[in-house]
Amino acid sequence: MPTRDYRKKISLSESGPGDAGKTGSWRIVRPVIDPDVCIPGRRKAPACYICWLYCPDGVISRSVPPRIDYQHCKGCGICAEECPTKAITMVEESSFIKE
Amino acid sequence: MQIIETGNTAAALGVKLARAQVIAAYPITPQTPLTEKLSEFIESGEMQAEYIPVESEHSALAICIAATSAGARSFTATSSNGLLYMHEQIQWAAGARLPLVMCVANRGVGAPWTIWNDHQDSISQRDTGWIQIYANDHQQIIDSVIKAFCLAEEVMVPVMICYDGYILSHTHMPFDVPDSEKVDAFLPPYRPPYALDPADPSNLNTVTMPDGRADVRGDISLGYMEIRHLLQRDMIEAVPALERVEERFQSVFGRGGNPYVEPYRCDDADYIAVSLGSLSYQLHDVVDTLRDEGVRAGVLSVHLYRPFPDRIIAEALNGCSGVVVFEKALSYGYQGPLCSDIKSALYRHAEGRPFVTNYILGLGGREITTQDLYEALKASCFPDGGAGEETRWIGLRFL
Amino acid sequence: MKSDNIEIRWHGRGGQGAITAAKIVAKAMFTSGYTGVVMVPTFGTERRGAPVFTSLKVSREKIYDLSPSKEPDIVVVLDHLLLEEEDITQGLKHDGLVVINSPLAVRSYRFNGSRVAVADVTDLSVKAGLPQGMVNSGIIGSFARAAGLVELDVLLKTIEDEFIGRKPGENSRAAQLCYENTIMGGL
Repeated sequence: MPTRDYRKKISLSESGPGDAGKTGSWRIVRPVIDPDVCIPGRRKAPACYICWLYCPDGVISRSVPPRIDYQHCKGCGICAEECPTKAITMVEESSFIKE
Repeated sequence: MQIIETGNTAAALGVKLARAQVIAAYPITPQTPLTEKLSEFIESGEMQAEYIPVESEHSALAICIAATSAGARSFTATSSNGLLYMHEQIQWAAGARLPLVMCVANRGVGAPWTIWNDHQDSISQRDTGWIQIYANDHQQIIDSVIKAFCLAEEVMVPVMICYDGYILSHTHMPFDVPDSEKVDAFLPPYRPPYALDPADPSNLNTVTMPDGRADVRGDISLGYMEIRHLLQRDMIEAVPALERVEERFQSVFGRGGNPYVEPYRCDDADYIAVSLGSLSYQLHDVVDTLRDEGVRAGVLSVHLYRPFPDRIIAEALNGCSGVVVFEKALSYGYQGPLCSDIKSALYRHAEGRPFVTNYILGLGGREITTQDLYEALKASCFPDGGAGEETRWIGLRFL
Repeated sequence: MKSDNIEIRWHGRGGQGAITAAKIVAKAMFTSGYTGVVMVPTFGTERRGAPVFTSLKVSREKIYDLSPSKEPDIVVVLDHLLLEEEDITQGLKHDGLVVINSPLAVRSYRFNGSRVAVADVTDLSVKAGLPQGMVNSGIIGSFARAAGLVELDVLLKTIEDEFIGRKPGENSRAAQLCYENTIMGGL
């Protein structure tokens, strides 16, 4: 059975942002990474990536330092909960609104 | 090569020849010798596969589901309550469209506890979306297992090969073990249309919306109902697919024939007995005796039970005046499931409708004597034979 | 129901190897040209020492009926004490044959209208070099002598193949000794 046909017949979803559209608007708190505390940020080398692993929406990159795609991040806070160095802070979304 | 061995060994040799890569199973009578044999093949190096011992049948099938999702040809086997314990994963494997093969050494289900043969276990899994094939002897067991992988991988639907516990699983009889090279030619290595890959991760069968939606690439992901509809469509498509598999098998191995039903003396029959599994063969001798007495009787053995080849069955029964369904399973509160299915096939496809009688027998290993079969079939062949329209039980005592 | 079948019912005790014995005879008879051979064990909830039996049906044609033998032509008994526990001759055909492993003389046994064959298989098997209680190869020798259905050398070869790695020579010798020391009687 050709792959294309088969993929139609099963429920398959790939990790990556966008499955439900631009879900960044759902957010009321925003995760902010402190690069001086974050392990890859501090070491300037790929490491840790617990946040990337745990993010249910796949919006955190495995870069140095990790970057968050705010267009799709729903602000669930799992990354902040799991970060072993407490480098991620959940900040009120309202504080980013420009006057 | 002709050998004399048990039905379980025939199944194990089929799995070995099919080069299954992952085996996970939990022991249960009367299936146990099958997977024990496979573990011996793997231990001795005769078979290259991963044998994963588990703590339950549910886990056995869960492992096979995972292994097949990762692209491995996988196999499991069970019986009775073990099969029932798998039930949730059985549905899952079909919905996930995984080409698994499982053998069921048929055994009655508890309570009360029984270890002996009937068909209640696999028949109760009829509506799970698995292809179900019933074998009548050891040659059919080994050949069916090999064909099952081929069919499953063509239509991407799991296949259950069912054979009678003890009566076939533990009985010794001669059968031909196909040459390994020929099996390799018939059944090339499994090339999955999709396999899980850690380098390119994805989720399979997570919560799926009632309606379709755009996926991450913007392509349409089908909703639950479409996915289930496609399973039904492909189950129906498995009927002609099985014929193609059978034709290829026949061209390589020189044996086989009708993969759906096996008629015996049905051509001019006025009365046709219908059943699943080894019982069909026991009925051959009964039909011979009735023929000697001038009764035009025949036997129709149903091999493919799901998808139900209704048109083929109705054609095979066309022209007879009576159909007598012998069953080792029951839909409690109604009748034998095969009987209902046969009636439904006749309603749609037969020109004149023959009468249909239904016998329940052999539950929990109650011995089926050839004499009992003879008397029951004979009673059904004559209007005043007392068979009637009600479902009747053969072999009951003390009541 | 088919009259041209030969049906042989084997009675033994759980662990005694009655099924292996019947399987060996099945293989030897298949080799000897009987294309229809089925050996159908009747299973209870086995325990070592409990009475068990298995039905061996042989024919020149494929056998379709896998139900246990109701009217055997031959009954083989691996332990004479089973005669006190089971009705081993149940359904035995009138001109049938009973083969018994027993230390008693053949005249001790009388089954209405049937021939009887007796050998002290337990003792002869020990003489052949097998451990005490291994009687399933020896009884095949007695069966071969009494029934005359299959050549001894075919049986001995089948026994040696079956017992590869498990004293094939001794097992074969036990069958040979029992063949030579089986006494016929009855009727």
